[in-house]
Amino acid sequence: MYWQPDEERMDRKDLEQLQLERLESTLNRVYLNVPFYRKKFDAIGFNPDDLRSLDDLRKLPFTVKDDLRANYPYGLFAVPLREVVRVHASSGTTGMSTVVGYTKNDIKTWSDLVARILTAAGVTADDVIQISFNYGLFTGAFGLHYGAERVGASVIPMSAGNTKRQIKIMQDFKTTALVGTPSYAMLIADTMMEMGINRNSLSLKWGLFGAEPWSDAMRKELQEKLKITATDNYGLSEIMGPGVAGECLARNGLHIAEDHFLVEVVDPRTLQPVAPGEVGELVITTLTKEAFPMIRYRTRDLTRIIEEPCSCGRTMRRMVRVMGRTDDMLIIRGVNVFPQQIESVLFEIEGTEPHYQIVIDRKGALDDALVLVEASEKIFFDEMKKQTELIETIKKRMASELGISVEVKLVEKKSLERFEGKAKRVIDNRKL
Amino acid sequence: MLKVRNLDVAYGSLSVLHHLSLHVKQGEIVTIIGANGAGKTTLLRTITGLLRPRSGSIRFREEEIGSLPTENIVSRGCSLVPEGRQVFAAMPVRENLLLGAYVQFKRGRREEVHRDLERIYGLFPVLKQREHQLAGTLSGGEQQMLAIGRALMAGPSLIMLDEPSMGLAPLIVKDIFAIVRQLGKEGGTVLLVEQNARSALRIADRGYVLENGRIVLEGAAENLLANREIQRAYLGKDVDAENK
Ligand SMILES: Nc1ncnc2c1ncn2[C@@H]1O[C@H](COP(=O)(O)OP(=O)(O)OP(=O)(O)O)[C@@H](O)[C@H]1O
Ligand SMILES: [Mg+2]
Ligand SMILES: [Zn+2]
Repeated sequence: MYWQPDEERMDRKDLEQLQLERLESTLNRVYLNVPFYRKKFDAIGFNPDDLRSLDDLRKLPFTVKDDLRANYPYGLFAVPLREVVRVHASSGTTGMSTVVGYTKNDIKTWSDLVARILTAAGVTADDVIQISFNYGLFTGAFGLHYGAERVGASVIPMSAGNTKRQIKIMQDFKTTALVGTPSYAMLIADTMMEMGINRNSLSLKWGLFGAEPWSDAMRKELQEKLKITATDNYGLSEIMGPGVAGECLARNGLHIAEDHFLVEVVDPRTLQPVAPGEVGELVITTLTKEAFPMIRYRTRDLTRIIEEPCSCGRTMRRMVRVMGRTDDMLIIRGVNVFPQQIESVLFEIEGTEPHYQIVIDRKGALDDALVLVEASEKIFFDEMKKQTELIETIKKRMASELGISVEVKLVEKKSLERFEGKAKRVIDNRKL
Repeated sequence: MLKVRNLDVAYGSLSVLHHLSLHVKQGEIVTIIGANGAGKTTLLRTITGLLRPRSGSIRFREEEIGSLPTENIVSRGCSLVPEGRQVFAAMPVRENLLLGAYVQFKRGRREEVHRDLERIYGLFPVLKQREHQLAGTLSGGEQQMLAIGRALMAGPSLIMLDEPSMGLAPLIVKDIFAIVRQLGKEGGTVLLVEQNARSALRIADRGYVLENGRIVLEGAAENLLANREIQRAYLGKDVDAENK
């Protein structure tokens, strides 16, 4: 099922023409309307008229998070404020939130792009969709909300939190699709189990999760616990919010809405394009945004592009699930580690719960990583020997997966913080 | 159907079109809106080979036509209804139409010419009524219909119209746009250049906004209609007053 079959299955040659046209008009507009871009283009002697092919985009400077912060709040808007019908902000995961705006047309485009990912993930007008993202400045809830209405699904604007009530609503309203962060979905699933609610008493069929990195192991667990088909979708406020990319039911990579966003993957150190299919930082240029166009925005998200066509018939290329945010990347004794790698290991080990926290300290010149892992209740009643064995197993698996040794400590079930929005798993004491 | 890429056109040292790219797909009505002097006519004249681009490519049905003479472009199925109508005033309506079928005769499609003529008369009953009248005696609106009819007689796969509403009374303008919409409904492919942005966007599938020889906006016609910058600049709508 497609939401916009003509666009989503567009011939790649036609797509390239469309991208070029849209890139040209976007560059003309930002050059005309956004002093920030004009100055940057002028500084390197670039005139939008110089653009000849999509590759020429590489001549342009990157835009980074600090540019947004320096132009807080409205400095990068390309239309007067009276054309702006909605304002959102980023989540503030990495510091001061940044502000973005939408025109009437932007909202319409956004709704359609979210409708695309919803449709790709199995949702139809017959579904009852519970939005368990936090409603507010965050783009997640409103983005999915408008998209779901566009599809014609019945929307329950639940927001995040009050987990027991979420579950009751899910039962009473016969929710068929759940939307939220994967970590919140996990909390809902666990709470359900605690309450002794059988997953078969729910009508859930679909889970659409995103807004934070998660692993395939976590997907498996969620699909199992909630008896759903779970898909991943990706977006960021600076570019639009959710709807930038999303999985189809093949669940093997997220289709990027390439008719609206031009993506590049660069090496985060050299800033040069990586070889096709290699992992690097995703860089996005918007092609149709009116209020808040972005030129070569460095997302700080690591992924790679899948060039091969997908079995679902969409011609839009896919990106693999975000492997992690460069912001989250831990450099422990010189080795790069992403929290999701640790998560994957834990999911595979019997006797642990998928709840963990990573504490980084510096002891002298060395970084020390301690992973706190929740263990199942049973383990704590067991003899010391079993506990020690479990710790050893985790350490071994971590060492082979991560390439460095970490300390592991078992903690009691539910002793670590739970998250209703984006999970925060790392405590880095080195920065303090 | 038509793919224009990075088109640069200049009159002497004066650049008129700057690396302009656009496309028209089979069966689409695409409109280019823009103020006087934005480069709209230059664009159409370049596509039909009346002007030569300084650089860039024009592909029509997968074939580069940027350096072909006009006659060959028309015979490949790309017809222009020029600005200001330009009918042969001293000739009867019917002869005017048959002149348009010149390429069809050359293609040896004599049979089809008569069928086409009937189709044109169906589309513009008034031309049938005035069949034997000299074109010069027609009203402005009728002459515009004749100009469109003549272009259609060439059996084009793409018809390009340069400001068909120019200088016509509002009621006639409505008729002309209704005809363009009808062409679209019948599966025709149309590139429509207009200053009358509202009417053009109402019948088009997509549109481009041309400013000083550059495309500054592109999108579904309904989105362009909803864009308030466009409303202010081209639709003569006082959006600010509306909000008071
Ligand atoms: N499906 C996903 N998988 C992995 N990460 C995701 C996914 N969806 C979103 N993200 C992460 O969320 C980010 C977008 O979130 P948002 O714009 O709300 O603010 P933030 O990046 O969390 O906070 P801030 O930008 O203020 O530091 C993305 O850049 C990405 O890091
Ligand atoms: Mg961010
Ligand atoms: Zn697919």
